Amino acid sequence: MPDGGIGASSKRREDLRFLTGRGKYTDDINLQGQAHAHFVRSDVAHGRINSIDTSAASSMPGVIRIFTATDFEGVGGIPCGWQVTDRFGEVMQEPKHPILAEGKVRHVGDPICVVVADTLEQARDAADALVINITPLEAVLDMKAALAEGATKVHDDLNSNLCYDWGFVEENREAVAEAINNAHHVTTLELRNNRLVANPMEPRVAVGDYDFSTDEHTLYTTSQNPHVIRLLMGAFVLGIPEHKLRVVAPDVGGGFGAKIYHYAEEAFCTFAAKTIGRPVKWTSTRSEAFISDAHGRDHVTKIELALDENGKFLALRTDTHANMGAYLSTFAPSIPTWLHGTLMAGNYTTPLIYVNVKAVFTNTVPVDAYRGAGRPEATFQLERVVDKAAREMGIDPVELRRRNFITEFPYATPVAVEYDTGDYHATMDKLLQISDHAGFEGRAALSKANGKLRGFGIAHYIEACGIAPSNLVGQLGARAGLYESATVRVNATGSISVMTGSHSHGQGHETSFAQVVADMIGVDENQIDIVHGDTSKTPMGMGTYGSRSIAVGGSAMVRATEKIINKAKKIAAHLMEAAEGDIELKDGQFSVAGTDKSVAWGDVTLAAYVPHNYPLEDIEPGLEETAFYDPANFTYPSGAYGCEVEVDPATGKVTVVAFSAADDFGNIINPMIVEGQVHGGLAQGIGQAMIENCAYDDQGQLLSGSYMDYAMPRADDLPMFTVDHSSITPCTHNPLGVKGCGEAGAIGSPPALVNAVVDALQRAGHNVTHIDMPLSPDRVWAAMNS
Amino acid sequence: MTRVAMTVNGKAVTGEVEGRTLLSSFLREDLHLTGTHVGCDTSQCGACVVHVNGQAVKACTMFAAEAEGADVTTIEGMANADGSLGTIQQAFQDFHGLQCGFCTPGMVMSAAALLKENPTPTEAEVRAYLEGNICRCTGYHNIVKAILAASGQSVPAVAAE
Repeated sequence: MPDGGIGASSKRREDLRFLTGRGKYTDDINLQGQAHAHFVRSDVAHGRINSIDTSAASSMPGVIRIFTATDFEGVGGIPCGWQVTDRFGEVMQEPKHPILAEGKVRHVGDPICVVVADTLEQARDAADALVINITPLEAVLDMKAALAEGATKVHDDLNSNLCYDWGFVEENREAVAEAINNAHHVTTLELRNNRLVANPMEPRVAVGDYDFSTDEHTLYTTSQNPHVIRLLMGAFVLGIPEHKLRVVAPDVGGGFGAKIYHYAEEAFCTFAAKTIGRPVKWTSTRSEAFISDAHGRDHVTKIELALDENGKFLALRTDTHANMGAYLSTFAPSIPTWLHGTLMAGNYTTPLIYVNVKAVFTNTVPVDAYRGAGRPEATFQLERVVDKAAREMGIDPVELRRRNFITEFPYATPVAVEYDTGDYHATMDKLLQISDHAGFEGRAALSKANGKLRGFGIAHYIEACGIAPSNLVGQLGARAGLYESATVRVNATGSISVMTGSHSHGQGHETSFAQVVADMIGVDENQIDIVHGDTSKTPMGMGTYGSRSIAVGGSAMVRATEKIINKAKKIAAHLMEAAEGDIELKDGQFSVAGTDKSVAWGDVTLAAYVPHNYPLEDIEPGLEETAFYDPANFTYPSGAYGCEVEVDPATGKVTVVAFSAADDFGNIINPMIVEGQVHGGLAQGIGQAMIENCAYDDQGQLLSGSYMDYAMPRADDLPMFTVDHSSITPCTHNPLGVKGCGEAGAIGSPPALVNAVVDALQRAGHNVTHIDMPLSPDRVWAAMNS
Repeated sequence: MTRVAMTVNGKAVTGEVEGRTLLSSFLREDLHLTGTHVGCDTSQCGACVVHVNGQAVKACTMFAAEAEGADVTTIEGMANADGSLGTIQQAFQDFHGLQCGFCTPGMVMSAAALLKENPTPTEAEVRAYLEGNICRCTGYHNIVKAILAASGQSVPAVAAE
């Protein structure tokens, strides 16, 4: 077996181009004759558009055309990909989401018109000459006020600002209430999951092109799922059939959810390229990204946990207001519901659970999935309320969790999902070991001697990822399937191209996917290329999000490779005049069991394409197979996270001095890449808990609209991490036994950090039970001194 | 328009630029050196760091005209003469110091400037120096390790901690 394969920390092949400046990102694409688009966006949160005077701007140098909503009459709005049914059986309220604002603007950043000019500078200069008359209206910002009788409506044609009122499991509502009313102890916590901006380092870009000779449209875009964009934009917005629409997402500089969705700018550039007869390019500035990329989180929650006298969880009730923003982004309705409510059992045997979510329209940027998407919101409230309950009942937080851990699998939760495997005591044990939990008191004493307050916080998470399966998500309201695809094309001389519907925007698929195929066939990884990100090259696939690439996309690739191996064995059997059942494949050699006869991989692949000596009566020439894989269930990674902080009592400043993560991701393909994924997730989760916050003022102006004001974690905000993934309970229902690792870090870390700060403060005698994120010095200091 | 002449990665180049043309735009659009990335519009992210006369500079904070006569090095000029990865680039690959690759050119250029100034920095010095470079993927853990390793200091191998 060559070096590499499953389990090896193979170095990433994509790094060679990224480290030498040869990556090909969307903004690096410049087409012959391209024009540049500049979007003119609303600077008020809510207002009525009285007039748009383009006359002066139109005659500015270089201006080709100025587009407004009237240019899009007959064109569809931006579609929503998930329909939630409320607890009364009614479908959600779904407003139109136009490409350019029609009559009203509904958030700061809502696009009103677009100037297309020869150069970007000319487009911007001309935009300054536009005269747009808007009457400001009251901005709807607070979710609870938005639901009050008589509140100003974000959408005049809807009944109210309520998108849906979702209950889950609705039949449990009364039983949960009764259990809470009769319990020995009830712990209640009210909290906010702060609004965040995903902030992949590459801002979004779209380049539209149209070929009049073939009637083909091409869109180059910064997307996590080019096929999804082709389907949504082609079928629902512009009416372009798939065979005339190619969507390319080349090297993409991070996504974290924000590049899943179909955005107006993509449809605009595709539409405008045909309209003006030239390619049209738009590149977001960072400031524009803050007011046009979908935001994440923004839940306000009350959670109640009922316990018996021994600390056994009896019932859980949670009541959440989830901010949708001004329009429904592609997957927005699913995040606070099916990606959130289904996770409320956590790692625990709580028998009765009821989740109520009211999704609310406000005059803010649309909110959708951000790394973790619903699962961080579920984990945060659950792991905070468990910690609070432990402190109220005088039970050690680790012990209280252990008393309630699920230990038998498969386990059907009362919130509709079935965990296939897990070993939560094992991950907790591993965490206590790698974090030197036993040595904490000694470290706390040293901190005290230095005038600092030290605290240790624990969280245990579960996530449902590998998102999938289609029939289930269809029942839950998804307007798409969630399978994945792969085509394995073996060339005559034995090299292999794998075309995957998954997309890599930092995850290293070009390396880890090649490891899997190399391992299965027994050839060198360098003989395998992974092709992704172009709808003209890859089979229809649903893309990368929800930690699904290796679990779903990798499984499709395994299935296609199995088909290849089966066919290659038939060819090998023919070449060696042996029975097919006797053929073995090892290290790239086919041999006949019990004999010394063998043929090499390259001999078989050549025979497939030069079929002179070939079983043509049984099988076709060639060696290329496609598989679509639709899993039987989600996967359920889990893990125990420990955070150790020091708080400066004079200033309230929190320093994360250590962070340990013990995860169970099932089987691991490339440990180096897995650890990198955890590190990145931890940084985003610690960022949320410590410093990041998307803040609006009372007029709906975004206060944190640039890197001057939105605190991105820097290198000196973070410690070295201690991560472990040696607790392995393989997934039982996919061929690789993998679970996915992309989001774990962002899910498990915020509650661990807040629990650690509360621990530090309580140890110092402060009666602080909760502080809302981010735990900025002023908030911590105020909590200590209130 | 103003005519500018400078040396970029050892080659003499010239161009016609507006007074407002940024060095980052000149490199990307006129010279097609697209390895220098633009990740923000407030000079915070550091994806556009290049070296101007040996100093690390955010190319978005400098007009192209200001680089008249200067010696500029970009990420495209950091590999060895035979095309193999330079020491810092190789350490970034060996220690998985990059994921999406977008911040990476700026990180490598900043790291090179740091190690020139301080050949054996501590972990804390590396973290402090990277204050002007934002990465959203790696949590900096492996970037810091890569830079320490590139400085010749002993660092635990990747996935072996």
